Amino acid sequence: MRRLLIAVPFLWLLALFIVPFAIVFKISLSDLAVAIPPYTPTLDFAEGWAGLKAFYAELDFENYIWLTEDDLYWKAYLSSFKIAVISTLLTLLVGYPIAYGIARAPQEWRAMLFMLVILPFWTSFLIRVYAWMGILSQEGYLNQVLLWIGVINEPLIILNTNIAVYIGIVYTYLPFMILPIYAALEKLDISLLEAAEDLGCSRFSAFWLVTIPLSKQGIIAGSFLVFIPTIGEFVIPSLLGGSRTLMIGKVLWEEFFSNRDWPVASAVAVVLLLILIIPIVLFQRNEQKQREADK
Amino acid sequence: MRRMTWFNVTSLTLGFAFLYLPMLILIIFSFNESKLVTVWAGFSTKWYGEVLRNTAFLDAAWVTIKVAFLSSCLATILGTMAAIVMVRAGRFRGRTVLSGMIYAPMVMPEVITGLSLLLLFISLGMDRGVFTIVLAHTTFAMCYVSVVVSSRLVSFDQSLEEAALDLGCSPVQAFRLVTLPIIAPAVISGWLLAFTLSLDDLVIASFTSGPSATTLPMKIWSSVRLGVSPEINALSTIMILVVAIGVITASLINKRNVVRQRREEAAAEKLA
Repeated sequence: MRRLLIAVPFLWLLALFIVPFAIVFKISLSDLAVAIPPYTPTLDFAEGWAGLKAFYAELDFENYIWLTEDDLYWKAYLSSFKIAVISTLLTLLVGYPIAYGIARAPQEWRAMLFMLVILPFWTSFLIRVYAWMGILSQEGYLNQVLLWIGVINEPLIILNTNIAVYIGIVYTYLPFMILPIYAALEKLDISLLEAAEDLGCSRFSAFWLVTIPLSKQGIIAGSFLVFIPTIGEFVIPSLLGGSRTLMIGKVLWEEFFSNRDWPVASAVAVVLLLILIIPIVLFQRNEQKQREADK
Repeated sequence: MRRMTWFNVTSLTLGFAFLYLPMLILIIFSFNESKLVTVWAGFSTKWYGEVLRNTAFLDAAWVTIKVAFLSSCLATILGTMAAIVMVRAGRFRGRTVLSGMIYAPMVMPEVITGLSLLLLFISLGMDRGVFTIVLAHTTFAMCYVSVVVSSRLVSFDQSLEEAALDLGCSPVQAFRLVTLPIIAPAVISGWLLAFTLSLDDLVIASFTSGPSATTLPMKIWSSVRLGVSPEINALSTIMILVVAIGVITASLINKRNVVRQRREEAAAEKLA
């Protein structure tokens, strides 16, 4: 009984999570071919041991060398990293005051405000990104309003630039930033702030010296929750970004669906995974530290 | 308790305006008469008619609901099992591996998950369609379910289960009569989460589906790439409303349960 309970989820994840990665890694060592499936060598069980040997002999790191030789790939990794860092900082700047506001709101409002932060998370990601296309386009609502007020004389070009990508990321990932920060701020003991003020701190320096350090765990957790998925983001740069917005998720998608170069797409995926392992491990460690602190 | 400062009020107002205005604008302009989405030309519901007459959308919606229902049920069963194993099974070989396999899919970029599952299905020679999307969605959704259910399992008193066992329940009976009713709200929220994650997913479905199955997000994606259209505005509004009603109902039910539970606990304390 106990064995069965352990075995079922274990084997499911092994078969549909670990094995697929092994296959991606294997294909990343193969060569492109005009065939179905479009790569070579394919494993031929009929030839037995000799077939297996021949198969391993043909695998090589050519695709990885290709990734370092062609500018496109490392520029895409770098630019994804840059976009992820900037948008994480922007999300923090936008999210912190909201989380702070909710944590300081009267008790009876908090559940309601909390719910209002989560609600957009349940509605389709695609629709939330799409909503910005109508706002940011050249004849879109934002330009209409700004022209009408008279702030600008010519419509701004925002859609299909990196600025639109930043707006899209901040918008869609905001709940991920607000929730952990709110959780940290809610636990904060108000009397600590009062003590700081009694001891002569200004409101601002009390915030800077007490509130910020005590919500550090929430800030770190929120930043990772935004940063990690943003690096591999595909939908936002494709819909809001321009042809010059380079992100690795988009490159992988195009390599696979447009160029049909499965081996290179697989190599791109393996390298992306290796890059992400560091922040993922750091995030796990932060979570563990927090769990221990809660105990 | 301090009063709300002007700073807090402003940041909340601006924050919620930022979160909700884009969707509000989308909803308002779905009632626009004009084909030109950015120019208001009077109130009309004609785009809703267009959406409901569009069989491609309806077919895709049916596929999406089928996939979401099947994968969320499977994910709930597997995720609950995984949660029980992680919280209650104690030490066993491979525990760290299992815990890693539960957390990793949640932070994995969708393009990688999609690509790797597709390559698996191809090397197994499977026909791609509804079935393969269900497998893919189940795999990442079960991890979310397991996290939601674990947090409930951790917080409830294990001695209740032990009492049931002492009183002669078999482990299966103890689970069915004691554990399951207590974790039921978490299981239901896990199911809801799995269902919406599946409804929402574009990237993984695009990789793992074949020509026979197109989900609604895939359909919306191919149309949205060409720009904003009033039909998509109407379709989006319908989807936003359905989700909003579902989530609000679920949270009201949950709240009622919590209130009832508190009342029962208070009554029990009085008796004791």
